[in-house]
Amino acid sequence: MVFKLNNHLLSRIASSNGHGEDSPYFEGWKAYDSNPHHPMENPNGIIQMGLAENQLSFDLIQDWLKNNPKASICTPEGVNEFREIAIFQDYHGLPEFRNAVAKFMAKVRGNKVTFDPDRVVMNGGATGAHETIAFCLADPGEAFLVPTPYYPGFDRDLRWRTGVKLIPVDSESSNNFKVTREALENAYEMAKLNNIKVKGLLITNPSNPLGTMLDRETLRSIVRFINEKNIHLVCDEIYAATVFSQPEFISIAEIVQEDIECNLNLVHIVYSLSKDMGFPGLRVGIIYSYNDAVVSCARKMSSFGLVSSQTQYMIASMLSDDEFVGKFIRESKTRMAARHRVFTDGLAQASIKCLETSNAGLFLWMDLRGLLKEKTFEAEMALWRVIIHEVKLNVSPGCSFHCTEPGWFRVCIANMDDQTMEVALSRIRTFVNKDVDTKKPKRTLRWQGSLKLSSPRIYDDFINSPHSPLPQSPLVLARN
Amino acid sequence: MHTKMRLLSRKATCNTHGQDSSYFLGWQEYEKNPYDEVKNPTGIIQMGLAENQLSFDLLESWLASNPDAAGFKKGGQSIFRELALFQDYHGLPDFKKALVEFMAEIRGNKVSFDQSKIVLTAGATSANETLMFCLAEPGEAFLLPTPYYPGFDRDLKWRTGVEIVPIQCTSSNDFQITSSALEEAFHEARRRKLRVKGVLVTNPSNPLGTTMTRNELNLLLSFVTEKGIHLISDEIYSGTVFSSPGFVSILEVLKDRKCENSQVWDRVHIVYSLSKDLGLPGFRVGAIYSNDDTVVSAATKMSSFGLVSSQTQYLLSALLSDKKFTRNYISENKKRLKQRQTLLVKGLEKAGISCLESNAGLFCWVNMKHLLSSNTFTAEMELWKKIVHEVKLNISPGSSCHCTEPGWFRVCFANMSEETLNLAIQRLKSFVESMNSQSHHQMLKSSRRKSLAKWVFRLSFDHDHREPEER
Repeated sequence: MVFKLNNHLLSRIASSNGHGEDSPYFEGWKAYDSNPHHPMENPNGIIQMGLAENQLSFDLIQDWLKNNPKASICTPEGVNEFREIAIFQDYHGLPEFRNAVAKFMAKVRGNKVTFDPDRVVMNGGATGAHETIAFCLADPGEAFLVPTPYYPGFDRDLRWRTGVKLIPVDSESSNNFKVTREALENAYEMAKLNNIKVKGLLITNPSNPLGTMLDRETLRSIVRFINEKNIHLVCDEIYAATVFSQPEFISIAEIVQEDIECNLNLVHIVYSLSKDMGFPGLRVGIIYSYNDAVVSCARKMSSFGLVSSQTQYMIASMLSDDEFVGKFIRESKTRMAARHRVFTDGLAQASIKCLETSNAGLFLWMDLRGLLKEKTFEAEMALWRVIIHEVKLNVSPGCSFHCTEPGWFRVCIANMDDQTMEVALSRIRTFVNKDVDTKKPKRTLRWQGSLKLSSPRIYDDFINSPHSPLPQSPLVLARN
Repeated sequence: MHTKMRLLSRKATCNTHGQDSSYFLGWQEYEKNPYDEVKNPTGIIQMGLAENQLSFDLLESWLASNPDAAGFKKGGQSIFRELALFQDYHGLPDFKKALVEFMAEIRGNKVSFDQSKIVLTAGATSANETLMFCLAEPGEAFLLPTPYYPGFDRDLKWRTGVEIVPIQCTSSNDFQITSSALEEAFHEARRRKLRVKGVLVTNPSNPLGTTMTRNELNLLLSFVTEKGIHLISDEIYSGTVFSSPGFVSILEVLKDRKCENSQVWDRVHIVYSLSKDLGLPGFRVGAIYSNDDTVVSAATKMSSFGLVSSQTQYLLSALLSDKKFTRNYISENKKRLKQRQTLLVKGLEKAGISCLESNAGLFCWVNMKHLLSSNTFTAEMELWKKIVHEVKLNISPGSSCHCTEPGWFRVCFANMSEETLNLAIQRLKSFVESMNSQSHHQMLKSSRRKSLAKWVFRLSFDHDHREPEER
């Protein structure tokens, strides 16, 4: 690698690509950026289905904001608070903010558990929360186990500046990608063989990209596992309120507070408002830990990513409105269920199956194994390029989530309006039918490109940053 | 429990976060017994917090006249949705443009900034840490002139593993940086087997409240050029310069020396924030400005861990784009700071206490050497505890800022009402007077208005001989 004259002066972290954004994965994003779909202006453009956003319920929030001008410290009704809020930089956070968040977290879990506001620690989004938790729990060179498939951002968030390693815990489609005790043990043993100290297990529940929840038995099994090995359990529950149908969401809080014996010092929850409420721009991340020392340390570290007091104030106000919160959670679920149904039905019409057990998340885990030329990741990438450039949909290939089986794709369904959704579905139907009609054993693909792929086990590739350019945001295009 | 301790990282169980230092302990005392004009008039007055509370009314009246920005609206239309979704780590272009123009305005438009070189971060706290991650490996070092902001011990070192080696500055030349001090620090690092990656200065200085002279800036530039290392200039107080000699930014000096295409150009990085100049620490708006593309690129990605809230970016973009407002704010803010500083300085004088002559910042660097029982840091701590517990003022002892000489204290003046400041001064005056009368050896009070700081006091309970004053 050719270094600029000054590069030896920069840290390894800065001059390497541990941030993971040099991956070929970006091809999909670049294609979207250069040709984004717009119903009027560019109906043939690429539809963004690679971004897990919740855009279904903004109207509810906008109405609330309109009716509650006091929630903003900038309006005439709220400006009395401006001064105090503008100078508030206490890393404990506004008490009303912590209280409101604790209450909201409980509500989202059907009030089956309660949360102590003093254990709520702010962070710069779940991104910041994950990095902070890694800094608190592990030293450089130590590792976390993570079940595959998992959110690509973990490779950066947990590893980049911390020096912590990630060890995959494999799962298979044969049992709907469940996390098994056996797989956990295997991963743990593999670490041991390689002289890597495992400090914890990171689970995402509900899962990204699967859109499924962990059932009670699996959760119990996990809790038993971490207690036996005396390692931490970090539960990323940022999609908790996106569970739209039965069975109900079971939080780790419920398991450890009510269900079975557990050393609570090992249990930590990462939360955020980016998915449940659809506010990724506001950067509200939370660490909730049952371990006092971790709360204390994470709180000090939160200095590096506090939530803007202006935002804390608004969120505190909004989430304290019990009636609104109840209505929002209910309505949001209804809309997500509807969107989910329309999409799965639409895909079924095209003979495309999705993971059956999925009842959460802002996406579907599509089974396109039938469309692969061969059961390889090269074939998956080839299919992916076709989907981007021919079908004009930016979806996410399973290998970017470290899935061990080729042919699975994550498609986001909550980040567009109904019309766009219909367009996406019809494009898929057209593509599948065309493919069926012209089925040949070796299909010539229009897009060859460089298919240089490393083994999915090398975790420096395929990292998609949600914070990378969204140049199509009207806020970026606007210049006045 | 021992097993529990090993479960956490070393970072979690050490105390490099520095929050056991007196700087933070004073805060804790204040929290237990905070002054309130009505509810707790005998409580501790907070003078350890460098906040700018003098110009909120200007901000509030701007808000009243700009309801769109206040209400997530643009041209009357709600843009809440777009803001709520906006998490692009490149930041809102309008905001970055307004921010770099504001930065230029503060520097009298003698330099200009390119908005593509600025990275938004969650406060200067995050900016400084991020720069360390970008510029140094664990175990490498940055040189910092003393006295320096206590928070640097956490921000620069804690999670990064970077070391700080002090550049010792003394009162003999008003704590200015000298080339011998620079060289000495460099050698000290070498003795400690630390590779020096750069120098970090705060200009205007916290805690001194002074702007760096052109001479110092030139010295620094020559030093980092010669050694081939980085220079970080933390300029978060640049908008608080209220009297001459005026603020000279490092960029200005680079320009004057025609360094635009030289190697050192890429090694100078600026940290900024709106916490001091605009008095908005709660909003967490910091920035890194660098001419090095790799640094900008890496820092931008790292900002994912602490992006600025989109609603805050939007509000401030509207505020800072209003040039009429910024022009008025900058000048009015300076006037008020100057008036406050004068109040404190004169009040302290009347109590026989002198300050380092300052022209910036939200605090004074106060000389209380003459009140020490001995020329030691132990005595400084004793005095500090008295001031916190008896005089009920939370001020910051020089040792917490790594000052090499005992007896200096940082006293903030912009984070309270004028009445409260006067009360604080009154309390201090009474304290000094009572110390005078307690002394076994009464010194004759000079009828002349010379500063009492020249006199040596010996306290009744302490029969130590004091070192003679150096100046």
